[in-house]
Amino acid sequence: MFRIDFNKLRFLVCDDNPHMRRILRTLLHSFGAREVYEAEDGATALEMYTHYVPDVVITDWAMPIFDGIELAQMIRQPDSKGNPYAPIIMLTGHSEKRRVTMARDAGVTEFLAKPISAKGLYQRILNVVANPRPFIKTKTYFGPDRRRNTSNTYIGPERRVGGEMEVMQQPSLLDKARSGI
Amino acid sequence: MTKNKPGDIEIKTYATHHVIMQPNPLRKVLRRLEADDGDDPVARAEKALAGLSGEFGSWMTIEADRLSAAWDAIGSKGFSDATRGELFRAAHDIRGDAATFGFPSAGAAANSLCRIIEHAPDLAKVPSDLIMHHIDAVQAIVRQRTKLDTVAMANELSRQLRGIADEFLTKANRHRPEHLEAILAPSIVPVE
Repeated sequence: MFRIDFNKLRFLVCDDNPHMRRILRTLLHSFGAREVYEAEDGATALEMYTHYVPDVVITDWAMPIFDGIELAQMIRQPDSKGNPYAPIIMLTGHSEKRRVTMARDAGVTEFLAKPISAKGLYQRILNVVANPRPFIKTKTYFGPDRRRNTSNTYIGPERRVGGEMEVMQQPSLLDKARSGI
Repeated sequence: MTKNKPGDIEIKTYATHHVIMQPNPLRKVLRRLEADDGDDPVARAEKALAGLSGEFGSWMTIEADRLSAAWDAIGSKGFSDATRGELFRAAHDIRGDAATFGFPSAGAAANSLCRIIEHAPDLAKVPSDLIMHHIDAVQAIVRQRTKLDTVAMANELSRQLRGIADEFLTKANRHRPEHLEAILAPSIVPVE
């Protein structure tokens, strides 16, 4: 079992709703975090991401200017000057399977469906800090490995060719979202 | 804060993809849990959240009024990407926040409204009563929630609105299978 020294982590929180930002700030400070930067839209978040170089990004989905999915896609640019590897936690009121898949395919590391809980947020942060996944770069994707378990029977068009079975045994984003924590 | 040198990154190249590995850049913030560690950050955060709860009622009123204002803007300016977007974001925020603020039925009504905005083929052709009833329901739940009987009524109101909205959306999307599938798909959020 591990414990996180939150006071050594730098967070960027992006949510257009001031009440949700206040809740997130309260939770993160209670965990022990000192550095919590806040943005109210995707464009500001991207600027702050470059400027402050946060260790963990927590973002909402639906926001003005550009949304959390676009923010994730802009962070996950393999040739960008900024850090394209930072863990991204998508915290959202969206609760449909296709949304989880969209978030995963945008390079989001963890998905947390609202309503928010202290336990759910803590566990997502613990997971991205303690169990980072390798990154995968293909023609159409750059982000954390989307495979979390092996499926030797899969023969679809997105099957990777020539790779070893180096798979992190973790519940899928969807299963974790369904678990409610 | 915690960075690796570029040389730390190891890349394995395969036929269709690259696997990029690096030592955990955040390992320095991890420490093993000692047996006598009585610290509970989750409990501490829950306590802090409870300390905020005195403000939740007024926050919820602000959210409900934002939703009404978004609908009023559509009444005066008509449907546009901007007015539709603000109506959706206002409803979407309530969908996500209301349960945290102690108004789960308002969240359910807002969720139903979000589904209408997302899946109606043409929002301008949705009966305005259907949208207004959702907004009125959110307002009523937020402003009248002190008694047990109103809690039960709020649950029933949200349930009925969802039923009517789903019936409308199912008919309106009968020739749009991708929307129909999304409408009928179960939520990933566990039912309480």
